[in-house]
Amino acid sequence: MHTAIVIVVVLLVVISIAAGLIWVERRLLALWQDRLGPNRVGPLGLMQVLADMIKIFFKEDWIPPFADKAVFIIAPAITMVTTLLSFAFIPWAPNFVVFDSNFGILFFLGFSSLGVYSVVLAGWSSNNKYSLLGGMRASAQMLTYEVFMGISLMGVVMMADSFSFSAIVKAQQHMWFFIPQFAGFVVFFIAGIAETHRLPFDIPEAEGELVAGYHTEYSGMKFGMFFVGEYMGITLISAIIATLFFGGWLGPSFLPPFVWFFLKTFFFIGVFILLRAGLPRPRYDQLMEFGWKILFPLSLVNLLVTAAVLLFIK
Amino acid sequence: MTVKLDDMIVELKAKTGSNPIIHEEVTREGMTTLWIERKDLKAVMSYLKREMERPFVMLFDLTCIDERVRKHKDDQPSSDFTVVYTLTSFDRNEDIRIKVPLKDNDLKIPSITSVWEAANWYEREVYDMFGVHFDGHPNLTRILMPRSWEGYPLRKEHYARATEKEPFVLTEQIRRMEEDDLKFKPEEYGFSRKSGDSEFMFLNLGPQHPGTHGLLRLIVQLHGEDVVDIVPDIGFHHRGAEKMGERQTWHTYIPYTDRIDYLGGVMNNLAYLLSLEQIAGIKVPERAQVIRIMMSELFRIASHLVWLGTFAQDLGQLSPVFYTFNDRERIFDIVSAITGARMHPAWFRMGGVAHDLPKGWNQMVQDFVNYFPKRLREFEKMILKNSIIKARTLGIGAFTTKEAIEWGVTGAGLRATGYNWDYRKKRPYSGIDQFEFDIPLGKNGDAYDRSLIRLEEMRQSLRIIQQCIDNMPAGSYKSEHPLAIPPRKEQTMQDIETLITHFVGVTWGPVIPAGEAMIPIEATKGSNAYYLISDGSTASYRTRIRTPSFPHMQMLPLISKGYTIPDLLAILGAMDFVLADIDR
Repeated sequence: MHTAIVIVVVLLVVISIAAGLIWVERRLLALWQDRLGPNRVGPLGLMQVLADMIKIFFKEDWIPPFADKAVFIIAPAITMVTTLLSFAFIPWAPNFVVFDSNFGILFFLGFSSLGVYSVVLAGWSSNNKYSLLGGMRASAQMLTYEVFMGISLMGVVMMADSFSFSAIVKAQQHMWFFIPQFAGFVVFFIAGIAETHRLPFDIPEAEGELVAGYHTEYSGMKFGMFFVGEYMGITLISAIIATLFFGGWLGPSFLPPFVWFFLKTFFFIGVFILLRAGLPRPRYDQLMEFGWKILFPLSLVNLLVTAAVLLFIK
Repeated sequence: MTVKLDDMIVELKAKTGSNPIIHEEVTREGMTTLWIERKDLKAVMSYLKREMERPFVMLFDLTCIDERVRKHKDDQPSSDFTVVYTLTSFDRNEDIRIKVPLKDNDLKIPSITSVWEAANWYEREVYDMFGVHFDGHPNLTRILMPRSWEGYPLRKEHYARATEKEPFVLTEQIRRMEEDDLKFKPEEYGFSRKSGDSEFMFLNLGPQHPGTHGLLRLIVQLHGEDVVDIVPDIGFHHRGAEKMGERQTWHTYIPYTDRIDYLGGVMNNLAYLLSLEQIAGIKVPERAQVIRIMMSELFRIASHLVWLGTFAQDLGQLSPVFYTFNDRERIFDIVSAITGARMHPAWFRMGGVAHDLPKGWNQMVQDFVNYFPKRLREFEKMILKNSIIKARTLGIGAFTTKEAIEWGVTGAGLRATGYNWDYRKKRPYSGIDQFEFDIPLGKNGDAYDRSLIRLEEMRQSLRIIQQCIDNMPAGSYKSEHPLAIPPRKEQTMQDIETLITHFVGVTWGPVIPAGEAMIPIEATKGSNAYYLISDGSTASYRTRIRTPSFPHMQMLPLISKGYTIPDLLAILGAMDFVLADIDR
């Protein structure tokens, strides 16, 4: 019974946050760009989310005749499913988690790898040159960043001696892991942006170059799933950063654990949006170079140093 | 300061065996204008570009005149169509115009693409508009009009308005044919479809694409993401501006010029009016000159701001476009307070400007001049000093001074290669030689240098504007020349002759004496010039608009080959073009 309630709560909250982020992002971007943003529909423009949802549900859901129909339909669902499934392992408060697995982190890494299929298949099945280029870029970019995304987390795993998210949060009672694992945090954060392909790593959908990259041909709710999927991805990465490096639900007791968890998560969501407002987009090969030549060695060194220090202490 | 003809003739005689110059024409702006036979064309061009001392290295413009219904031909050689070549010598700081007469029944002329590669598009345009055949041209197809177009639009017998012909009906057959015309067939351009065992991808970038800033179509031959070659397909924004010049009166054509470089506003008026006033012999009073300079420089900043924002956006930086457009709005506030309009004020007039400056103008402009340098520093820090932007543009799309001149590049593109050439300094117009300002120069001629130069140009424009505020001369804002203003109202009530002159001048517009002139100015994107020919009537006989973006776009394949798609967009972003300026 408890699990069932948690599942329903997590699902509803995650989807509402993801949808609400559309408004949050537009308002925040507007704030940083000397504009107003959506402020007409409802108080503070909050109903904009509703209006957008109604619009996107009722849009013609067009499948191009030249597309590979089955794959074209499945692709956007993959990103939704894999991202949602990852939320099952993240504890929002003590004992408030869908599945407190001993292998939580591995599941998350596995699902995020599967998420690549969504983008690649969308790009391939659209049968459009821009989509194809976007899909190819996405596969290369995400496979690269996948590698050290995993490695960057191993320091945390070693320090907590567990792959379970709850255990890692509990291990941060005395010190949040972003202090000893600062390099790991930086690498994971950057890899996380690449994983969600947000600016400055929005190379698979680079607007000025590839129109909309892999989802150029998508419309209606299928586009909506990519759209909301991206926000869920941001929420997921932010939640994981909060959990693994910033003590998850831990915090002074004048606020309940839930609130601490969400405060930290929203802070990182804000950082994601700020990055989008601030940074230009590097070139594809520069991004790969940055990944392989800087982030990858950095994550390896971090892993080795952590291991050496832990061995020395024990 | 004209070319020493005697020496030139002697040398040319030695080369061609006889004196190739059949006539020397006197034009209003005093540019050396020589008529030659077409058989001597290539020899003369090659001599002018390569062999003569301090040669005419740049093909500035190439166009044609349909002379068949022209009344004032004076003593010029008999010609139905005259092909006109305008060349620039930087060492001499002067231009030369070569005219070649052609007969209606024999519209053929040798192509000079072997002398200047830049002649390619210009010759295609002349073919497109006049039906003149260029022998030896590598790809003589229509460039601005659709391939299916019948007739040659700039010939005098071609209609200027859709209402002058049967209504157009888009049948299924026509639609199919038009669509088929737009299909890219690589073989037509000599492109191979594959190399080795890999096939090339032909990506159709545009005409609707967020990175092309307008209706530009680029057909990109790709090997993976590497650009092998590009074919720019232009003409989607063609509005027949030159044809319009032949039916609008001299005055009512001014608003059309605003929309050529639609970011340049009154700067376009200036280019048009300088040539026109030269033909009419109108002297512009000092105050009007300074007002013109001030407004033009304000528009230079406004145009550069649009460029800066969209440039950053092309490189993926989303925010600067809002900051720069906000600041551009501040300029438009000033512009609308002074002229009553924002982007296209059409506010300059023959002999001056439309109104005097309003009360309090100096405070408004001064506020902007005080406010803007701080913003420029922010933009520089945010955009041009950003390491990702640097990584995206340093060394990208570089060309040398020699290449720039070969392809007719002017403006920031030419100066980015380190070549000090600014028409404001070299051929001062509208009294700009009275102002103190510097010409920023680059070194590497790459996308980054072009950007730096434009940023610095905004600072220099501010300096000029500050001097305008401090030293605005008193006096009239327009000339008293009879062609520039109608007769005084008091007199029209007394004297029938002035009444008639007033009536004719106001209803038909002024009659400009026959003659021709072209005065290039340093516009926002490079050198803009109007080659105007008056046949002694209320409208122009031929209006040729030489725009900077046209040759710049022609050069795109050369400077983007071997780079990737993101680089191509960076190169386009740094080029600063508008499609209206290319297609006219």
